[in-house]
Amino acid sequence: MSLDTPPLVADEAPFVVDQRALDEVALSRQEYDRIVELLGRAPNRLELGLFGAMWSEHCGYKNSRPLLKRFPSTGSRVLLQVGAENAGAVDIGDGLAIVMKIESHNHPSAIEPYQGAATGVGGIVRDIFTMGARPIALLDSLRFGPLTEPHNRYLFHGIVGGIGGYGNCLGIPTVAGEIYFDATYSGNPLVNAMCVGQLEADRLISSRAGHVGAPVMVVGAATGRDGIHGATFASVELNEASEERRPAVQVGDPFTEKLLMEACLELRDTGWLIGMQDLGAAGLTSSTVESAHKGGVGIDLDTLKAPRRESGMTPYEVMLSESQERMLVIPKPEHADDVRRLFARWGLRCDAIGQVIAEPVIRVREGERIVAEIPTALLTDATPAYTREGVQPPELETLWAFDYTTLLGRLPTPNEALLRLLASSDLCSREDVYRTYDTMLGANTLIGPGCDAAVLRIRDANDQETGKRIALTTDGNARLTYLDPFNGGALAVAEAARNCVCAGATPLALTNCLNFGAPEKPGVYYQLSRAIDGMAAAARALETPVISGNVSLYNESYGAPIYPTPVVGMLGLIEGREPTPSAFQAEGDVVALLGDWSADPADLGGSTYLATIHGVVAGRPPQIDLAHERALHQATLAACAAGLLHSAHDCSDGGLAVALAECCIWSGLGMQGEAETPTLNGNDPMLARLAALYGEAPSRIVVSLAPEKWDALAELMGQHGVPLTRLGVVGGDRLRFAETIDAPIAVLYDAWRGGLRRALEA
Amino acid sequence: MKFGVVVFPGTWSDRDCLRALGPVMGQETVTLWHEDSETQGCDCIVLPGGFAYGDYLRVGAIARFAPIMGAIKSFSERGGLVIGICNGFQILVEAGMLPGALMRNDSLEFRCQWTHLRVENADTPFTRRCQPGQVIRVPISHGEGNYFADAATLDALEASDSILFRYCASDGTITPDANPNGSQRNIAGIINAARTVAGMMPHPERCCESLVGGEDGQLIFGSIVDALAERRIAV
Repeated sequence: MSLDTPPLVADEAPFVVDQRALDEVALSRQEYDRIVELLGRAPNRLELGLFGAMWSEHCGYKNSRPLLKRFPSTGSRVLLQVGAENAGAVDIGDGLAIVMKIESHNHPSAIEPYQGAATGVGGIVRDIFTMGARPIALLDSLRFGPLTEPHNRYLFHGIVGGIGGYGNCLGIPTVAGEIYFDATYSGNPLVNAMCVGQLEADRLISSRAGHVGAPVMVVGAATGRDGIHGATFASVELNEASEERRPAVQVGDPFTEKLLMEACLELRDTGWLIGMQDLGAAGLTSSTVESAHKGGVGIDLDTLKAPRRESGMTPYEVMLSESQERMLVIPKPEHADDVRRLFARWGLRCDAIGQVIAEPVIRVREGERIVAEIPTALLTDATPAYTREGVQPPELETLWAFDYTTLLGRLPTPNEALLRLLASSDLCSREDVYRTYDTMLGANTLIGPGCDAAVLRIRDANDQETGKRIALTTDGNARLTYLDPFNGGALAVAEAARNCVCAGATPLALTNCLNFGAPEKPGVYYQLSRAIDGMAAAARALETPVISGNVSLYNESYGAPIYPTPVVGMLGLIEGREPTPSAFQAEGDVVALLGDWSADPADLGGSTYLATIHGVVAGRPPQIDLAHERALHQATLAACAAGLLHSAHDCSDGGLAVALAECCIWSGLGMQGEAETPTLNGNDPMLARLAALYGEAPSRIVVSLAPEKWDALAELMGQHGVPLTRLGVVGGDRLRFAETIDAPIAVLYDAWRGGLRRALEA
Repeated sequence: MKFGVVVFPGTWSDRDCLRALGPVMGQETVTLWHEDSETQGCDCIVLPGGFAYGDYLRVGAIARFAPIMGAIKSFSERGGLVIGICNGFQILVEAGMLPGALMRNDSLEFRCQWTHLRVENADTPFTRRCQPGQVIRVPISHGEGNYFADAATLDALEASDSILFRYCASDGTITPDANPNGSQRNIAGIINAARTVAGMMPHPERCCESLVGGEDGQLIFGSIVDALAERRIAV
């Protein structure tokens, strides 16, 4: 097919497809040629815009789709698999379902932090209530550059403010999350927002547009000129010109979102709906295309019928606007007026802009004039998929060969190291952040932010107690993923699952957000591919299928990629008992470690200790044994079920000494150590001791229990093949451990609690 | 007793109030929509927390014009009991049913945390199950809870025993550290001279079950139930 074949509908001004036109929609010349071939003619400017949006990484996953197929996506509890609807759904029994998804809003947040983060929350919340689920919890996984740089503080305050400003107004509690800092995120912060919803499984709403002749309605906010090319913007690297992309960032209106949420949930129960789909990335374009394609039908719409915020908006602007707080609603034709009245009661606009047609095309009109017509399959199934060649970055071998003896002569005392680690940006208290979020709304938060996992009570649709509790957490260690992508990906899943297990919850399923650099770079593609392999392996081994997710590539600033950052959101379930706390509970309880305790300096590979105390990111992180991890989970859950444990806390970032200090700080109770620190022949004794205290070997949990339960615990761990070490006894007002650590809990608390404030005020 | 829980489109504590009063405390409940203009024979009206109409303007500034507010005013003039919680308190102040104003927290941040409250007057329909000076534990969740009034108004509130709760330390002492939002004289809740309209920033509906951290909220709702029962007997 020749490039000279004219478009179906000619542009009023001649449309020259030069590099500038292609850059604007982030398509390559090869992709353009493919579009011409598929269409059998040249696209006009609007049609090219539709292709650009739908074929973007953000909507079309063209670089990640082949890799994402490696994730396990099925399981006995999975109701809706990845991609079937806006989010995945999990059966938690008794007819109840949990819907959840995590999504990035990194690029908008880099340019306009408050609105970028706020609309990130708004977008993910719409994904949940679109399906008929009432949102019951938000979580946020954030990454920033060091707070020593003023610009990073500006981003930090803006992003935290935007999350709170939107979520608090909307009335959804923010129950958990994580924040980490590293120089690779300077100028490219990560904002991954997760929303969790609950509903009766038989009330799930589809996004499918069935029923030829049904009206297609746009509900909620009017369409403005904000956010045009947002999906495209999310799929390119940030650079000096990115500030000029500010119009690609949307502005949030949480009050309208609240109205939309309540109205849509009311609509769910009426039986008037055929389908419902939120307008997110690529706005009206992706919502109509996806809804039509899933229903095996087409949609014919008129952009003049869409409510617009200003006059003179072109079909291009209407179709590609990412104005927030809008929904596509497809009612049964006989109930169109009922639906209109329902939204009017909530003070919301509801305009029919077109109808469902049998022909599987998206047809856009401006009044009578057809301005674009594309078969929906070309915008969905025909999206190109690239499988690239990944190459292990050459520096990895060198980093793995790190010689720990070079640290000798610079080693701190274990006590100094503990205080510095607790006060460090990565490990200190996040209370200054989460106290600006409503964490308790709904009166279901049994464990809020700051512990291994948040735990919520689940009540049924009639507000009755179900005896069910869900555990929620997000996790991802980018430094460990950088040093070993496969292992880092597996650890993200394992640690998220372990956090649920510590709360006494059986991990059921996960959602994930893959934050990486530009996939065209072989080193970045290697990271992406291997991290996915690691996550897939762990998800299989731990039987936590991947039910939803999002990919954010091109996270680079000025040519340098961020650390590869897979973030996992995990759902766990507790039935018939209350969650296990993280902190120590009672004086006289025995403290024990489930899992291995060694003094191998190699355990310091990629550790927080090495990065924080020595400024070194090197070493090969300790490898996870997934069978061992699974045995630990099963043993711990059995101990919880048998009522043996008073507390359980994941031992990960910062190692064993930090985990023990946290159990003390959170409870105000001290601990008297008894165990002898393991030694390793042939190593410097201080180096070995530091490795034993601050090494980050996976698959370990710190527990406390009444002394009379010890024998039962020992027997249970023996049955599961999990090593058990008695570490000491809860009591007093100091943490005394491993011969060298001795500090009042009040001193540890002050270091930990004030860390963030000191970093922000420094 | 029949409690009416008012729902503006941006209200979000309505469901928590309905649960606390209904399933937890066994009272009859009904929702009152912001466009309604009657109070459906309720014995007590609860204005819950949230962002009534988005509150992009001054909090409560639009809500006071809602049709339901006219009905609530005449309900109150007939002696009906009204309690405003968080956004409800802000609306009652805007509507002139309680004195003072609620400004942005002095931290300029939204704050969600547990607070200790000292009961300053236990002889009202909203606090009669409490002991005078009792310390109760109730969470706050607001960005604009900084209670302000001029000195004469504050003196009058004190002189008439119209301060219901003050933020305090766990031992009951009134300290600047215990004040989460900069409120004048640590004021967390007040009552009108007729002892029929109360407003408080903390959320009693979030602490009516030990499972979620405490049952002190029941002292407040329970006081209302007792007061209403006594009125019925009197009638």
